Amino acid sequence: MATDEDGALPIVLVHRPANFHFPFKDRLETQFRLLDPFDSDPPESTHSFFSRHAASVRVLLCVDPEPISGDLISLLPNLHLIVCSSAGVDHVDLQECRRRSIAVTSAGKAFSPDVADLAVGLLIDVLRRVSAGDRYVRARLWARNGEYQLGSKLGGKRVGIVGLGSIGTEIAKRLESFGCAISYNSRKKKPYVHFPWHKNVYDLAINSDILVVCCALTEETHHMINKDVMTALGKEGVIINVGRGDLIDEKELVQLLVIGELGGAGLDVFENEPDVPEELFGLNNVVLSPHCAVATPECFDALEELITANLKAYFSSNPLQSLVEFE
Amino acid sequence: MESNNIGVLMTCPMNSHLEQELEKRFKLLRLWTVRDRSKFLAAHRNSIHADVGNCSVCANAELIEALPKLEIVASFSVGFDKIDLAKSKEKGIGVTHTPDVLTDDVADMAIGLILMVLRKFCESDRFVRSGKWKKGTFMLTTKFTGKRVGIIGLGRVGMAVAKRVEAFSCPIGYYSRTEKPEIKYKYYSSVVKLAANSDILVVICPLTEETRHIINREVIDALGPKGVLINIGRGLHVDEPELVSALVEGRLGGAGLDVFEHEPEVPEELFGLDNVVLLPHVGSGTVETRRDMADLVIANLEVHFLKRPLLTPVV
Repeated sequence: MATDEDGALPIVLVHRPANFHFPFKDRLETQFRLLDPFDSDPPESTHSFFSRHAASVRVLLCVDPEPISGDLISLLPNLHLIVCSSAGVDHVDLQECRRRSIAVTSAGKAFSPDVADLAVGLLIDVLRRVSAGDRYVRARLWARNGEYQLGSKLGGKRVGIVGLGSIGTEIAKRLESFGCAISYNSRKKKPYVHFPWHKNVYDLAINSDILVVCCALTEETHHMINKDVMTALGKEGVIINVGRGDLIDEKELVQLLVIGELGGAGLDVFENEPDVPEELFGLNNVVLSPHCAVATPECFDALEELITANLKAYFSSNPLQSLVEFE
Repeated sequence: MESNNIGVLMTCPMNSHLEQELEKRFKLLRLWTVRDRSKFLAAHRNSIHADVGNCSVCANAELIEALPKLEIVASFSVGFDKIDLAKSKEKGIGVTHTPDVLTDDVADMAIGLILMVLRKFCESDRFVRSGKWKKGTFMLTTKFTGKRVGIIGLGRVGMAVAKRVEAFSCPIGYYSRTEKPEIKYKYYSSVVKLAANSDILVVICPLTEETRHIINREVIDALGPKGVLINIGRGLHVDEPELVSALVEGRLGGAGLDVFEHEPEVPEELFGLDNVVLLPHVGSGTVETRRDMADLVIANLEVHFLKRPLLTPVV
């Protein structure tokens, strides 16, 4: 393990929410010297702590989506790398990072299979009414009322993936095996991808029965799924969101679902978590999930492995994984 | 024979499109609407030439004996465990079912059940709707990708399940009556061995005397407290009381069940468990597939009465 000049463990500055103790801190401490403002005694503000240690900090570990503003970054003149523990990096001032040539890594690769699994599960649940069917049986309605309402077949449906990054690619791979026809929209056409590309989300929606939203949240993509897009998807259309709540105009989404102008939705993320629009609670064509796409022990193990690998790679000048591409 | 005079007996309500199409072409007799079934069958014994049934009620020996003019039994299902095949053969009665058209839907549902059980979709949806998310985070669940999947029965639906499971990078093992050397998945010569080497066990073989209760205590123990059972075959594939006690006592990790021994009765001890998903036999339950199944039933009846070869006879 690479150490700095006097043989001590390499320094990693930690930025985390106050009450959040990330589970693998102990294991990281065997390989790195973790500087954590919340461990300081007497207690010190983040600003003061960062300033005091600024000279020796080249790497920042950001745990959970604790925002990293341009101001915080400016306190660390020697910062080269920010390692994030989430797939989304909308909480990091990426513009400032680009300006300062600070590399940013995300948890994308570690999280992708679990998020893709959840997206596919949400889609099957909505189309085949699985949660609703389970509720039907538990309410003893099968014996009383007979056959449950028929669902809709997955095979042959046109699925439009919004954002064909690591997660979108895993989703496409799974849904292809179900016989879905895949197309996508992303900022630029991907050269080695055989799925049809649409230059904007509206065009994608016109040509799809289902939209799966799994792109990054940026200023450009905020409320990208708006009323026009949802109307283009159509009355039987289904939306799955495993990205960020703000990617969709939630108020419009709810309205369209309530009046029956949209076929259904499977949502793991919302604009104001944990608040979820209560108008959705009475709908059987909607499946609601409490932002738990990555909440499996296996996923956290993969995250720990990725973070540890990236920290080691940086200090031994090896390539990093899951690097965020700046626009 | 004028087709409008051909009596077709339908055993129970199964699909309104099918009923409508049968009514257009034949003299449709709805068995479930009469109080005295024996009297009804006796009264119509000479005019009923076809029987349309499903996985609940189709053509047992008693029914076949009651209808001397019966020529064809067309089942609105792929399974034919509710048809007395020996008696049908003895009487020269043709038997058809609806394979292939429902393969995708049933396979999709198998994967759906796996995801629902492992990632606790039903429970997390309840968590949100009840307002509990505002007070705390949902529990951790279990990853599906990469888990070992064992498939009992590698027929049409079993192969379709395997194809989907491959896309989730899961290693696949299987059990069937004989090993299939052309198949790349790992063969196990017993269900217990398959269960011992699987995280998820999927039941999708035909129901026969040999496969009745193929999932018994020994298999459940081999699957274990972290194992998950998915049944999209028939309720009788599983020793249901054993399954229920294993789930309640935590000796089995979870179950996704689309079929039960005494449908529509479902053991109520399961209602309080969050590691179980219970469905009202909807494996093929999509608008598109039920329509395709209905069209296939009608097509088989039509070709039969035109004295042409049956399209999808049970072989």
